[in-house]
Order: sequence, then structure tokens, then C-alpha cells
Amino acid sequence: MDTSVLAVRNLSKSYGRGTARFDALKGVSLQIQAGESLAIVGKSGSGKSTLMHLLALLDTPDGGVLLVKGTDASELSVKQVSRLRNEDFGFVFQQFFLTPNATVLENVVLPLKIAGVGARERKARGMAVLEKLELADKAKNKAINLSGGQKQRVVIARALVNNPTVIFADEPTGNLDTVTGRLVEDILFSLNKEHGITLVIVTHDVELAARCDRRMFIRDGREVQSLQNSENSP
Amino acid sequence: MNITDIIGTAIGTAIGNSLRSRLRTALTVIAVFIGAFTLTITSAIGTGISSYIDTQVAGFGAADVLSITITADDAAPTDDGPAPYDPDQAIAAGGFQGDGSEFATSVLTADDVDIIEGVEGILDVNPVLQVTPRYVEYDGNGKFELAVNASAALSTPDLAAGSPLQGAAESSGNQILLITSDLDSLGFETANAAVGETVMIGTADYLGEMHEVGATVAGVQNQSTLTGGGGALNQALTDELYEIQNTGKPGNTTEGAFLAMAHFDAASSEEEINTIQADLAAQGYTAVTVADQIGIIQTVISGIVGVLNAFAVIALIAAGFGIINTLLMSVQEWTREIGLMKAMGMGGGRIYTLFSIEAVFIGFLGSIIGALAAMGTGAIANNFLAGTVLADLEGLQVLRFAPLPMGAITLLVMLIAFLAGTLPARRASRQNPIDALRYE
Ligand SMILES: Nc1ncnc2c1ncn2[C@@H]1O[C@H](COP(=O)(O)OP(=O)(O)O)[C@@H](O)[C@H]1O
Ligand SMILES: [Mg+2]
Repeated sequence: MDTSVLAVRNLSKSYGRGTARFDALKGVSLQIQAGESLAIVGKSGSGKSTLMHLLALLDTPDGGVLLVKGTDASELSVKQVSRLRNEDFGFVFQQFFLTPNATVLENVVLPLKIAGVGARERKARGMAVLEKLELADKAKNKAINLSGGQKQRVVIARALVNNPTVIFADEPTGNLDTVTGRLVEDILFSLNKEHGITLVIVTHDVELAARCDRRMFIRDGREVQSLQNSENSP
Repeated sequence: MNITDIIGTAIGTAIGNSLRSRLRTALTVIAVFIGAFTLTITSAIGTGISSYIDTQVAGFGAADVLSITITADDAAPTDDGPAPYDPDQAIAAGGFQGDGSEFATSVLTADDVDIIEGVEGILDVNPVLQVTPRYVEYDGNGKFELAVNASAALSTPDLAAGSPLQGAAESSGNQILLITSDLDSLGFETANAAVGETVMIGTADYLGEMHEVGATVAGVQNQSTLTGGGGALNQALTDELYEIQNTGKPGNTTEGAFLAMAHFDAASSEEEINTIQADLAAQGYTAVTVADQIGIIQTVISGIVGVLNAFAVIALIAAGFGIINTLLMSVQEWTREIGLMKAMGMGGGRIYTLFSIEAVFIGFLGSIIGALAAMGTGAIANNFLAGTVLADLEGLQVLRFAPLPMGAITLLVMLIAFLAGTLPARRASRQNPIDALRYE
């Protein structure tokens, strides 16, 4: 029995067709264990985001196998995939994708609304997670009135609100200055350490990558190197 | 209320608040409104006019009368040139034998009346005799012209006083129905005062000599639009006047009428009436009921209303494209939000439903406002028309809003809106979250 949360073998993905065809991913294999933090590192255009989208079941591969907790993802129904994304995965994107004119709380509880959670429970859980991220006092503010660091914390709160097992973060600090970026990183790693949430972080920032348990370097859609970070391992 | 609110209630104000496009939705609703308004008005006109005709037909009453004429020979086909000469036919037509019925192809003679009377189901037949009395006079108050409504038997009189004319069978002497407008000149104070009085009717014989005939006033009719003006004479009076008219007439002149009125059992079913008509047709007579004649008018009116409705539906289809356009713009505008919701596990089916609901809601709003506005306009228009242009048509309510067609229109508009919504809804539900979330 495979203990990995996610496992991929020989994954490939191309965009466009004919002469415009571009192979963004050319056979990547990888296993992600529960509770680990993995950095996918590479230059811009190397295929990091493409790989993450496939891992998060946001897109379907052209070739290869993807196992979610041992189950072949291609055998899951659309509904099951939606449930998985809603309940087991959390997303943090470089662009925050917050609804600017809605309040912080409303933004945070969006996954719960999609899941059909009642208003009262939504509010309680939303406030609890905002509390944890020290944003409770901003709950009623409009998202548009927050600073970049606060926005990314709201995004993390939204990713956390449904108690996910895996958080996917695509360049989570890309839009933030070094100090704020550092704070956001601290939050993500503390979630990983204290709550055992698996982290998959896409980044071209080597310092951020160095904080992860494992680093996987890709270039032109291929894995070039994989490093276990000895100083971070327990 | 618009999609933003619906999305708001369905998945959260977080999305709802950001998706405001009130103006666009309002404009689309106006487009639907115009179509629904027009369709409601045109269908109300249809309902109003046909229900007016229905009540008029009911007023006509005489449902047991057939108007009978001789079926016209097929006209010589004009594009084929003249018909070939037939010596036998020429001799027959030139014979001038008997009472002249051989050549008078379109005149009903005594023989025809006998044949018609012989048809099963016909109770009695009377040729409509054209009598032309010269004057009517009451109590020496002066002579006035008298118009006669020859087809009075077709209608049930609308009486201001007295009772209808009695049928030929129960005839109690000469009877006449006057018209309210005649009363003053003749010297009657009221309609009731005229009933039972005897008026003198003057008519000339074939040689021009005047004769007077007395007639009892059976009743007084209100002026009526559809039944045509003119006093009504009973069969006995008509016969007597006709006889005087033809006194001194040369013997070989054709006698006959162009039209005969036949009664059948008022309780006859439609099938039985059809049988009578078919029997008569087989013998060369064209027989139509009042309902047949009115039916022709109704067919023409339904045709006109149908064309008007078609234009209204065209307006609605145009509005449908407005809905498509509005929703497609929304899909485009909310690409990211839709993508985000899908990434977070929202199913395509729910997104499809949201957009369909929005479309149907636009349709519902437009049709309800359209129907209400049409009813308001209709009430004003009815009042205005009844007081001016149509003042003479008592009881005509041009626009009539019946619940059934109104409900049908609302459903039709919502259906068109739903169909218009399917394309944008499909596009939204199939949106790939990656494409939505990727752009930098
Ligand atoms: N939808 C797409 N159509 C065509 N090419 C794409 C599409 N998405 C990504 N690519 C290309 O695939 C390559 C990998 O993209 P991506 O995974 O986003 O790289 P990274 O995240 O490492 O910057 C890039 O060259 C990019 O231009
Ligand atoms: Mg990227």
C-alpha cells in the first residue's frame, strides 16, 4: 500500500497542437508523503505551475499516472474531484483572487459556501481561522482595503477554512516584499509543523525552497535534481 | 435583483458583491419587457375582439336559421377564353317556358322552396321577399319613409318595449317592429306607448296606385350596429305587401327571391346541421348559418391578430439575443470568479443552474412588468376608445386581459429566456479553472 498523499509517474502535458504544440511537462515522476513540505523549483516557464495544477487535479495530464491516496485520479468522477478540491485541498495563488468589494470574512468562507455549510457554522469557522491568522479585527473590512501581506493571509485563511490535508501554494510570496513574504512563509511552515498539513510550494525563490523538507528542481518540463533537506528533516 | 444577488444567495455575497452590473441587466429586462408588452397587448386585442363577436353572435340568437341561395354556377374560367358553344343549352335557355325558372339560375322559385322544404330537418322555408313600402303613418300625424330590414329573421331583436314578431305559424295578423328613432316623428311619446297601436303602411302596386295596409306595432327595437337598421315586418305583413306590389304585374315575369330563410330545429347538433347543409348542397343550394357567416369574420380577425402576435414574438426573440449577450458578457467578466469557484470545488452543474436562473429571472421580470404595463395601458386605452372612436359599439372592450393567455405569455417569455440562457450557461459551466486563474 502506497502511503503517499499524491504520487505521479511519468506525467506529461502539452499545450496547443500541430506546429504550435508545446510540451510543458515531459515525463515527471514524484511522490509526496503526508505531512512533508515540498518545493518545486525552477525558472519561469519551466513547467512548475503546470505540474502543480496537475497535482491539484485542476487539470488533466496528457500522459502518465496520478494517484491520490492510492486511487487513480482518472477513475474519479467529476463530483469526487470537486469534493476533493473543496475538502482536502487548499489553494494559495500569487495573485490573491480575492473578491475586492466583499468583506474579509465573506472571502474566507467561500469554500464553505460551495460545500453547502450553513451560515452560522460558516461564520464560526471563518472567525476561528481569522483568529488564528490574527485577522479577526479585519473580518468586516473589505478585502480591497487590505495591504498585500494581509491579503495573502486572508488567502491562506481561505485555504485553511475547510481543514485541508494539502495546501498548494503557487509563488505565495511573489507579490510581497521580503519582510512580509517572510511572515507569510512562517505561517505556512507553522501550519505544516503544527498541524501536519502537507505543503506543495511552487517557487523560483531559492531561499523559500531551502526551508522545505524537499526540493525538486525542474527545467524545460523535466526533473533535473531532487534534494532532501537534511537540516530540516526531523 | 440580478444575478449578483442570486449568486449571492446561492454561493455567497463574497462573489455577489463584486458582480454588479445592474445597468446591463436592467437594459436587458427592458428589451424583454418591450416584447412581452407587445405580445400581451396584441393577444388582449385578439381576446377582446373575439369575445365581443361571441357576445354579438349570442345576441344574434337566431341559431336555427339557414340563409339559402342557389349555388352559383362555376364562373367561366376567364383565362381559358370563352366556353364552347352548345346548341342544346342555347335552346333550353331561350325557351322561356313555364314560370321562367329555367333561365333564372340564381333566383329561388316556388319549386325551389318546395325542394328545400322537402329536405329532412328543415321546418319551414320563406323566400326573403323584397318589399318596398313607401311610407308609414300613425294617427294622421304625417307620412314618413319606412326602411325595412329584409333579413330581420336572422337576428333576435334587441327590444326597448313590446315583444318579438310572431312566427309564420302562430301569426296573429300584420305585425311590425319599429325602431326607437322612429318614435318621435310618428308621434309616440314613449316606446311603450307605441306597442299595440296600429300604424298604416302605404305601398304602391305594379301600376303605381297607392294602397294602405294596417299593422300592429308588436315592439320597438333599439338602434343596433350589427343587425342593421330598418323596421322588421312579420311574414303575414310581408306577404300582403308583396302581393300588392305585384298586382298588375305581367304574367310571364319571373317570380322569386335571391334568398330564402329556412328554420331548423334549434336543438340540432352541429352534425345534424352539417347534414342539412350537405343535403342542400347536393341539390344545388348554398346554405349558411349565422355562425358560419360570423365565423368568416372571426377567421379574418384571428389572422390579423396572429400576424400582430408574430411581430411581438419577433421582438421577444430579439430580446432573447439581448439576454444571450448580457449573460455572455457576464461570463467573460466573471471568468476569474467562476474559475476560482470551480477550483474550490463548485460543480459545473451549479454554475449552469445559476446562469439559467438568471436568464429565467430576467425573462420573468420582463414579462411581469410587461404584462402589468400592458394592463395599465389597456385600461386607459379602453376608456379612451369607448368614449371616442368606438362610442357606437356598445360593450366593445378592445383590450381584454384573460388570465390564461397572460399566463401562457409569461411562460413563453420565460422559456425563450431560458433557451437564451443555455449558451452562456454552458460556456460558464465548462470554463476551465486553470484558464481563468492563470492569466497574470
Ligand atoms: N494555456 C497554455 N497554452 C500554451 N502554453 C502554455 C499554457 N500554459 C502554460 N504554457 C506554457 O507552458 C510553459 C510552462 O508554464 P508554467 O507551468 O506556467 O511555467 P512556470 O510556472 O514554471 O513559470 C510555459 O512556457 C508557458 O508559456
Ligand atoms: Mg507559474
